[in-house]
Amino acid sequence: MSDALVPLLLTLKVAVTATLIVVFFGVGWAYVFSRCRFWGSHLLDAVFTLPMVMPPTVLGYYLLVVFGRRGWIGDWLEQTLGIRLIFTWQGAVVASATVAFPLVFKAARAALEGVDHHLESAARVLGGSELAVFFRVTLPLAWRGILAGTMLAFARAMGEFGATLMIAGSIPGRTQTISIAIYEAVQAGQDGMANFLVLLTSAVCISVLVASGRLLQRSF
Amino acid sequence: MNPRFKMQLIRFAVVRRRKRLAEWFRKSALPSISDRSRRFGVLVAVLLICLASAAPASPAELVVSAAASLSNAFKEIGAEFERARSGTNVIFNFAASDILVKQIVEGAPVDLFASADQESMDKAAKENAIDQATRRNFVANRLVFAVPRDSRLSFASLADLRRKELKRIAVGQPATVPAGRYAKAALDQARLWDVLRDKFIYTQNVRQSLDYLARGEVDGGFVYATDAAIVKDKVKIAFDVSTPQPVLYPIAVTKQSKDAKLANEFLQLLGSEVGRRILQKYGFGNP
Repeated sequence: MSDALVPLLLTLKVAVTATLIVVFFGVGWAYVFSRCRFWGSHLLDAVFTLPMVMPPTVLGYYLLVVFGRRGWIGDWLEQTLGIRLIFTWQGAVVASATVAFPLVFKAARAALEGVDHHLESAARVLGGSELAVFFRVTLPLAWRGILAGTMLAFARAMGEFGATLMIAGSIPGRTQTISIAIYEAVQAGQDGMANFLVLLTSAVCISVLVASGRLLQRSF
Repeated sequence: MNPRFKMQLIRFAVVRRRKRLAEWFRKSALPSISDRSRRFGVLVAVLLICLASAAPASPAELVVSAAASLSNAFKEIGAEFERARSGTNVIFNFAASDILVKQIVEGAPVDLFASADQESMDKAAKENAIDQATRRNFVANRLVFAVPRDSRLSFASLADLRRKELKRIAVGQPATVPAGRYAKAALDQARLWDVLRDKFIYTQNVRQSLDYLARGEVDGGFVYATDAAIVKDKVKIAFDVSTPQPVLYPIAVTKQSKDAKLANEFLQLLGSEVGRRILQKYGFGNP
């Protein structure tokens, strides 16, 4: 029982952290994309969407090469900040966030582009600063779509397996998330443990979906 | 002509063209695309059928599930086998031994199973998945503790692994990876397994441990001497680990093999001079 709780709590920690990061950056970039056209925006858009279509192992390999001890960013992180991402739960967060990013980005972009520009212009005419316009007009009108994307991102982050296994490994209690624990249990022939973890994951996912469905309904 | 009138005419023409374009899109774009895609679909289907029927009538096929550490040597032996018996196709499936056992027990169509320790082969035998009469130990290997080539740390024995500078040790997941089981047995004997527990990075097979070593992501790791030899430029052996059980690889024909004769021929090649020479080239010893 407690054997199952450790990976579950770790998974929730990783998924929540990853989702928060992804919402911040995803909505930010979506806002930039919905407001301005700049040189290379199509290319950047493709790059941002890439994690959605690439196999997680390819992504894991990229992350390993970039954030590894001998990678460009990994080397810099270790030299200047003393941080190592490989084999830590923060590494799992990086993997989950990368995989979940396009889900928020795409949904938020569609939602922000759907906001009536006249309403924003009206707010500006009435003297609202850009920040006020964003938080008091744009965001309230787009939040439904953003929330839908966030829920998908959270679910995706919870289920992340391939990239996480490659950069965070499978260390019980530290980086062994629930999907990796299930994989290990099945491989080791511990079917009882695997069954319990699978049921637990299903229950958590269904709860998240039901809760978000209710949340969305109540607002309209 | 009055320039203003000219401008008017041009504008008119542009607007009309735009309208016509929009009309054309509305009317024709959708059906024409679906038409085209349908034609494309038919073309692809025809091509696929041609390809499928052009493939030669199924050649004799031998599926070999082998421990990850055997991959380089077996690929070469497989090529040799295909050359000696033209028309046969050898398909390899490399992974940690216990994962292979699981696949075979679950009904994977495997003819030959080569594992890296007795325990995984015993598991397969217990599940009645292999033909016991064909079981034999065909190679010996050594477990070593290896470090990245550029590592400044030096170790002489298992007791040195307690040193603080050594933070991360790659070791195969003992539940599924024989290399991890050998390492655990050796460390258990030295009463070090529990002491070192916090340093372990568990891997899915011995080649993953090797990859982490080659990338410098771990400070040291347990791999076979044959693995370390493959990436000599990136990994060096610190010391040999003496294991309670000798590292012997068993091989056996599976019960469900559809072509046991072909599987036995592969076993013969392994025992032949050609086979031994290839195995020795990769550092495997005689059992």
